[in-house]
Amino acid sequence: MIKFAIVIDKYLIGYSIWNSLYKDNNATIRTGPVYIGFQNYVTLFTKDKIFREAFKNNIIVALVTVPTSIILSILMAMFANRVRIGKGLVRVSFFYPTLLPMVAVANIWLFIYTPGYGMLGYIFNNNTWHFLTDPKAVLWALIVMLIWKQAGYVMVFFISGLQGINPELYEAATIDGANPTQTFWRITWPMLMPTTLYVMIITMTNAFKMVDHLYILTKGGPGNASNMLLFYVYQKAFDQTNYGMASAITVVVIVLLLIITCVQFFTQDKRTFYA
Amino acid sequence: MTAVPAEKKTHKAAWKMTPGKFFMYFFMYAFAILCLIPLIWLVRTAFVPRELELDMLAVGWTPTFDNIKRIWSMAPWGNYYINTIILVAGVLAAQFVTITMAGYAFARLNFYGKNVLFILFLTQIMIAADVLILPNYMTITRMGLNDTLLGAMLPFFASAMGTFLMRQTIKTIPYELEEAARIDGCNLFYMIIRIYLPLLVPCYIAHGLIAASYQWNNFLWPLIVINKPTKRLLTVGLAIFAQASEIGALWSDTCAATLLTVAPLLILFLFFQKRFIESFVHSGIK
Repeated sequence: MIKFAIVIDKYLIGYSIWNSLYKDNNATIRTGPVYIGFQNYVTLFTKDKIFREAFKNNIIVALVTVPTSIILSILMAMFANRVRIGKGLVRVSFFYPTLLPMVAVANIWLFIYTPGYGMLGYIFNNNTWHFLTDPKAVLWALIVMLIWKQAGYVMVFFISGLQGINPELYEAATIDGANPTQTFWRITWPMLMPTTLYVMIITMTNAFKMVDHLYILTKGGPGNASNMLLFYVYQKAFDQTNYGMASAITVVVIVLLLIITCVQFFTQDKRTFYA
Repeated sequence: MTAVPAEKKTHKAAWKMTPGKFFMYFFMYAFAILCLIPLIWLVRTAFVPRELELDMLAVGWTPTFDNIKRIWSMAPWGNYYINTIILVAGVLAAQFVTITMAGYAFARLNFYGKNVLFILFLTQIMIAADVLILPNYMTITRMGLNDTLLGAMLPFFASAMGTFLMRQTIKTIPYELEEAARIDGCNLFYMIIRIYLPLLVPCYIAHGLIAASYQWNNFLWPLIVINKPTKRLLTVGLAIFAQASEIGALWSDTCAATLLTVAPLLILFLFFQKRFIESFVHSGIK
């Protein structure tokens, strides 16, 4: 049974690589897929501007959401751990976005960002903010939403990380007269390092996986200013029926994710050092 | 006796309110409220009388079910609910069987290539089904399962996360229990059911909550596989409903529909808040 599942899983990756070597789109419906070697990849990296833009957007989203989510969720975790008044409510308000589907999140944030009578436009009485239709603003607007959506999930890992720190360390620091800043940088931060490394991987892979909101909010637009690799796969395969190219993009995403995984394996030594 | 007051003192000293701490607390409380605003607004707009939907500061209105009643007749929400529940239940049932068996095999059995297989298995956590929409779609099409709930469920019948959780937990269960059962002439399946299942119940709850919320919220894959309107899931139905209504013109409709989609999970979460958060912690870090 398990072997079967594994075979299926690895077969799918092999299948994508296989398909990515074929020209398989509307033009080849009669003939069937035509073998073209690495032509799809060459086209992707040299000619396909949308691919390049989606790739760039994906990298930006990863580089921005990963550190911000981590910093914010460490603050949230420390607060949720210590707070005395309204602890349950604080945890609920931080965590509930995790349980919303991206489609629902997109609906809610569509209202927040709508010019004029949306929430931001209403509060600041401003009709000129076009967060979702301005090519310069759209990616950042979506990044804010993604951080809001994922920070609560990340916080949970840090809460468990914080609870794993030996309280004697803090007692010793208090006796030695350390101030809160020193305590954080000398105890909390290094002791959280294993959790942080783990969370980095989760948030990195999330940056590639979270695309559902694009379907509602922008469809990758305006132009392709908010397009992402996985959404581009969806567009190529199911709007344009270009399976060959879509397979090639899938392979690129898989390779990127594998690189991230390998980085985790290399940094794993540090984990044992701290643990 | 002298140690007790001293300890109390250090404890108090650690809790002294400095201006920096006060600012931090103030900031984080404000942030918590800020995080909550979208939810409050969603619930408010779903129940507000329609003519007040854009007046965010309106007061003195009585909550109404009109919005929900109106949208209920605009799309087959009942179907969406039933489909989603069938999908979640189907995936959970299949996963419970596969993760128990696979987890047991990885924890207790010795077979050729076990470690390599296990590492390969774990790569599924990184390269999740979300990324494999196209190859999955081509496979499902070839199997002729397009437009069926089974097709939407099939890629999720195995779960690396769940298998990992099971393996780790089974490893902590004393082997003597299994030995005793074997000596008493118990066969493998009967033993898993009688000895391991009861001990794995907390794991099933943890994995069940996570897998259920993942499946309930999944969107791109069911959107691709299922085209028939009556077979759609809640998330897909919601997306298509929101696309159909003119942007901005019908906030109360969109909000009522969104609330319908998220309410079951959110209500469950509000009641079992601790369980939920613990489950996410439990399965994530080992």
